[in-house]
Amino acid sequence: MAGKLYRLSAADASRALRAGEFSLEELLSSYLARHEEVEPATRAFITHDAGRARERVRRLSAGWGEKAEKVLAGIPAAIKDNLCTREVATTCGSRMLTGFLPPYDATVVERLQAAGMVLLGKTNLDEFAMGSSTETSAYGATANPWRRGRVPGGSSGGSAAAVAAGQAAYALGSDTGGSVRQPAAFCGLVGLKPTYGRVSRYGLVAYASSLDQVGTITRTVEDSALVLGAIAGHDPLDSTSVAAPVPDYRAALGRRLDGLRLGVPREYLAVALEEGVRRRVEEAISDLERLGAQVGECSLPHSEYALSAYYIIASAEASSNLARYDGIRHGPRAWEEELGAMYRETRRLAFGSEVKRRIMLGTYVLSAGYYDAYYLRAQKVRTLVKRDFSLALERFDALVCPTSPTVAFGLGDRLDDPLTMYAVDVLTIPVNLAGLPAMSVPCGLWEGLPVGLQLIGRPLGEETLITVGHALEQCRPLDPERRGPLYRSGGELGAI
Amino acid sequence: MRYEAVIGLEIHVELATASKLFCACRVEFGAPPNANTCPVCLGLPGSLPVLNAKAVEHAVKAALALNCRVAAVSKFDRKNYFYPDLPKGYQISQYDLPVASRGLVEVVVGEVTRRVGIRRVHLEDDAGKLVHEGPAQATVAEAVSSLVDYNRAGVPLIEIVSEADLRSPEEARVFLEEVKTLLQYTAVSECKMEEGSLRVDCNISLRPCGQTTYGTPVELKNLGSFRSAQRALAYEIERQAQLLDEAGRVVRETRHWDEARGVSIALREKEEAQDYRYFPDPDLLPMVFDPGWVERMRAALPELPRQRWRRLVESYGLSPYDAGVITASQALADFYEDTVRAGAGAKAAANWVMGELLRYLNAQGTPAGEFPTTPDHLAELLALVEAGRISGTMAKSVFEEMCRTRQAPSQLVQSKGLEQLGDRTELAPVIEQVLAENPGVAADYRAGKEKALGFLVGQVMRKTQGRAHPRLVNQWLAERLRER
Amino acid sequence: MSITSEQTEHVAKLARLALAPEEIALYTRQLAQILAHMHVLSQVDVNGVEPTLHVIPDLANVTRPDASRPGLGAELAVANAPEQADGYFRVPRMGKEG
Ligand SMILES: [Mg+2]
Ligand SMILES: [Zn+2]
Repeated sequence: MAGKLYRLSAADASRALRAGEFSLEELLSSYLARHEEVEPATRAFITHDAGRARERVRRLSAGWGEKAEKVLAGIPAAIKDNLCTREVATTCGSRMLTGFLPPYDATVVERLQAAGMVLLGKTNLDEFAMGSSTETSAYGATANPWRRGRVPGGSSGGSAAAVAAGQAAYALGSDTGGSVRQPAAFCGLVGLKPTYGRVSRYGLVAYASSLDQVGTITRTVEDSALVLGAIAGHDPLDSTSVAAPVPDYRAALGRRLDGLRLGVPREYLAVALEEGVRRRVEEAISDLERLGAQVGECSLPHSEYALSAYYIIASAEASSNLARYDGIRHGPRAWEEELGAMYRETRRLAFGSEVKRRIMLGTYVLSAGYYDAYYLRAQKVRTLVKRDFSLALERFDALVCPTSPTVAFGLGDRLDDPLTMYAVDVLTIPVNLAGLPAMSVPCGLWEGLPVGLQLIGRPLGEETLITVGHALEQCRPLDPERRGPLYRSGGELGAI
Repeated sequence: MRYEAVIGLEIHVELATASKLFCACRVEFGAPPNANTCPVCLGLPGSLPVLNAKAVEHAVKAALALNCRVAAVSKFDRKNYFYPDLPKGYQISQYDLPVASRGLVEVVVGEVTRRVGIRRVHLEDDAGKLVHEGPAQATVAEAVSSLVDYNRAGVPLIEIVSEADLRSPEEARVFLEEVKTLLQYTAVSECKMEEGSLRVDCNISLRPCGQTTYGTPVELKNLGSFRSAQRALAYEIERQAQLLDEAGRVVRETRHWDEARGVSIALREKEEAQDYRYFPDPDLLPMVFDPGWVERMRAALPELPRQRWRRLVESYGLSPYDAGVITASQALADFYEDTVRAGAGAKAAANWVMGELLRYLNAQGTPAGEFPTTPDHLAELLALVEAGRISGTMAKSVFEEMCRTRQAPSQLVQSKGLEQLGDRTELAPVIEQVLAENPGVAADYRAGKEKALGFLVGQVMRKTQGRAHPRLVNQWLAERLRER
Repeated sequence: MSITSEQTEHVAKLARLALAPEEIALYTRQLAQILAHMHVLSQVDVNGVEPTLHVIPDLANVTRPDASRPGLGAELAVANAPEQADGYFRVPRMGKEG
């Protein structure tokens, strides 16, 4: 069985490990060999530490008896590089955090470590998670393993590329405006953004605190249930984490859809969707109907304002969250004689242009005389967006729509115009404004590239998403003829 | 022209908690630099604040003691600015929904009773501390570099903002003392100015007497004590009056008080108003104050200085002045009442507490709230005086000894043989000796010079190291002189 | 929505970002463009609508008990600093910032 073990889902690998079909070492070796083969093409990782992973496997194997009960024990994983890992470089894809070794683990990392994770490394992202293509990283762009020259999506593009190419069994990402769901859609994976507060943000380097949430990027819905189960739950270190008990998400797998009501937001189909995206999504919705779900139309009338409200709120919070990068406690420093010049030069040199743009925008909308017109108004519009969802979700158990208006676009295609780049997230952003859980599930290919279907749930309604996502996955397997990146050699994957 | 001063104060008070406002780091004065820091108070990427329940309780108690209305809903906001002592690039403070507002404190200065409004009381975290490197006399701007210690960063503070209701430097000082007393009574702060746990900024403007609109305010910083606040305000009134007389206007600015030189120095002009870009902190949830809970906090407040003052006047018969001196410190008032409870007379105890005890505390520089002796010992000492076993003069030296050794006064009196001599057979030889040594004085007395007796009594006292009972010596000497 | 280069400079000053002249021009243009787009918000009737402070409904009074725990210690605290001295972080002279 050894050889292509990296193709197994986390759950399948776990079952086989427990059945003694192969060893922890064999599983890891498979991932490390695959990494060697494809990393030059994907450029998915910022930090990759095979030595540390081997050491970890040695220790896990030694105490395997007790660890074997934990489903994720021994499964190699990757973590987005904006989650703090103790004594492992955490860069946020920025020069600003060059050399930064966090003295602590993010809560989600700590929980996965306790669950027996084998950490392979830290994945690439748009600088400080500000972007939708993983092109603004100071460490260069990541490629989409499905096609040469296409972006993997972003900002968790490194996590998505790594899981899609077989460099990790699963990965964590963060989702502020779609940064888990959109790269999952672009890379043919399952991306789950939990309800705001379901998963601790402690140790997630803040971009926009009221919108950020840690999410999972996996190859199957079953894996997303496993990983979410391991990271969810109240954390006393995060005031915004909710205390509700964590259900067994695996129990939501395989449930029937009979009687489930699914709403299709009219406004989401009215945006300029790529033809193939529209077609695959409509097919998927028909499939869900065939599986017993009742599908109806609903309306989210304030959708057209969500994008503007989002960029104001996110930039405002970011301008404040990024004020701590001042060249004093960590990172590089411009050597200036006076403090003021040191601040300004350090920040000029170490921040990339997208980060600076959002800091400028955020500072502007909070500054005297503009607060009411922009920030306060945006927060009011946010209330209306949220209300739209509440009303729709009274009638429906979940909403279905595309994850992204397009399939993966070309590297460099949208970098020059911030507004067209921002518009990429038009279907995912409203969900963050409302703090709802959402999942992107593959629903077919278009011109050889994956299309994602987005499921949006009620607060803490992750189980419904898992049930629906799983049903769809079973009836519409993305890759029936095994044409996906897992089955291609490094040379066939998309070098930049 | 004659001007009226309009003064408002901002008081930053460190709350008495074991841990910081948003993390579990120890609050401790004088620790090695950065010893008490963690990812949260260092503002490390990814860290998040979690509110200290005790700090909220203290803030509400302080607000209630200042007669404020506690808000139904209160929230935290970020105050954004850059400074090396501010690790996150923003201070977590409160903007439009402070913990409490609209309070009132009464201050009495001479004949005037002034009602001073409290505009707001809000919670916020403290900044770190900078140590400037370079020539010893260098100003901040001249320092070669600075060192940053974040031990204090994140320490819980309340900021108390008064209305501009104060009209003189003395009123300002009395107000500050009143507020400090209230905070100590409610045990929300230790109010140690020398450790920076209570810091004051003053806003002061002048206007011609009779005018109701306000003049240009100047902010005074770096006031190390209430006395220096009073001095700085007095200096500022002079300075501004002169400016108004000569130039007709005052510049809106922040000034630094130089206590050593007794002058204020311009720090920065306020022309370019700071733009703090306040917005609600998304990492923290609102505080919702249940009215029932607030009432329970109110009920749990100790007796406040005003009430205690009244009670001491009414039930102990103290003068208003004495009661004021004693209740200015809760610890002192406790000491006083415990002394009375231990059997001392109310008036005698008051005299001793305000006299010998305060004198001793001041001379020794004993930290507030600590006493060199106990109420039981003081009561015992007063009982010895009352019983005539020691003289008043002797009692003072016994008190000193008592404070130094922490021994019971009766023990000291016994072991040192300080008990008053009131036994005639013991004193008779001394009296004889004194008469023998001073025949001239004795003769004067017999010749009708009554004052001569005093001299002879003094000699007896000296020979007995003050232990002789003066009244008895007097009586016995007179009898002895009449015998011949 | 027009924005002047002076405004851009002012915002950069608040944000402690040094900008080259061509960056000021670029950001002025882009900010104007983005803000013009954001202007759609002015069409929304927000009368009587409360701003969203938190998306989690009814969560309030989240506190921790006042118990202290040892922190990182000075050595670890300053470990990532570009310049340190005896457990302190060192910064250049204040100059006009002071
Ligand atoms: Mg303050
Ligand atoms: Zn701390």
